[in-house]
Amino acid sequence: MKAKIIVNLKEIVLDPQGETILHSLNEMGYDEIKKVRQGKIFFIEIDESDEEKGRKKLEEIAHKVLSNPVIETYTIEIEK
Amino acid sequence: MRFGVVVFPGSNCDYDSYHVLNSVIGVKTDFIWHKEKNLSDYDLIVLPGGFSYGDYLRSGAIARFSPVMKEVKNFADNGGLVLGICNGFQVLLESGMLPGAMLRNKNLHFICKHIHIKVNDNKTPWTSSYNNGDVLRIPIAHADGNYFASDDILEKLKKEGRILFQYTNEQGDVKDEYNPNGSKLNIAGIMNEKKNVLGMMPHPERASEKLLGSEDGKKLFISIVNFLKDK
Repeated sequence: MKAKIIVNLKEIVLDPQGETILHSLNEMGYDEIKKVRQGKIFFIEIDESDEEKGRKKLEEIAHKVLSNPVIETYTIEIEK
Repeated sequence: MRFGVVVFPGSNCDYDSYHVLNSVIGVKTDFIWHKEKNLSDYDLIVLPGGFSYGDYLRSGAIARFSPVMKEVKNFADNGGLVLGICNGFQVLLESGMLPGAMLRNKNLHFICKHIHIKVNDNKTPWTSSYNNGDVLRIPIAHADGNYFASDDILEKLKKEGRILFQYTNEQGDVKDEYNPNGSKLNIAGIMNEKKNVLGMMPHPERASEKLLGSEDGKKLFISIVNFLKDK
């Protein structure tokens, strides 16, 4: 089974990298870009055919390792 | 009395800490490889600065799963002194031994320079040789030192007197303009509830000899020795 785990900073957390990218884009003339938040994507292969079980494992690693719950949130997308 | 400096793959201030503890302060100090599982010989554990595991994922995020960290936590739970400097502070945050997290510096730069911090309390194991309000000139060297915690955690830290060091000017004024990295409340160092665990971004071990431009960090180590002697 393949999955993507997307990790993002929580909305209440300042994202200096996203802010800088937004500023540069606006400077380049892309005035219509109003917001940029930078995150991470993990592309994962898991040896598990049961989706329910797989999702549980992915939840576990997303919470415990791939994200820091103090500042980040995550979403899991399983490829069918 | 015996001190230990933990070495993770990628630690690079381990020798600085080792040198100061051994040769400047004069306490027998060992390196502790991150796979070590016995810390019973030690009175102080230092998690040094550097780039453990290349700062992959997040600073300190991989190091917290090193075998030694379970022992460091037990050591602290039993009242042992644990000092995390820079990357060591980040490891303490990631492991949950201290609350909060580090974000990229507000200006996105890796900042390496001397700054000023204020000692907020001298009734701790870490600061008894200082006076309350002493301002220290001490170097920082980090890219992820922008301390973040939710408002209720910050309020708790304040109320419990756990914010030991704050970024200031030379006069000790805590203001935004003297905040090098964007940290909430100008936080440079915090302690756990029992105050036996301290995490700080500035490097006291790089400010413990005149030759290096400042000795303001030395009293931190002297305070530790005095605390342990009186125990």
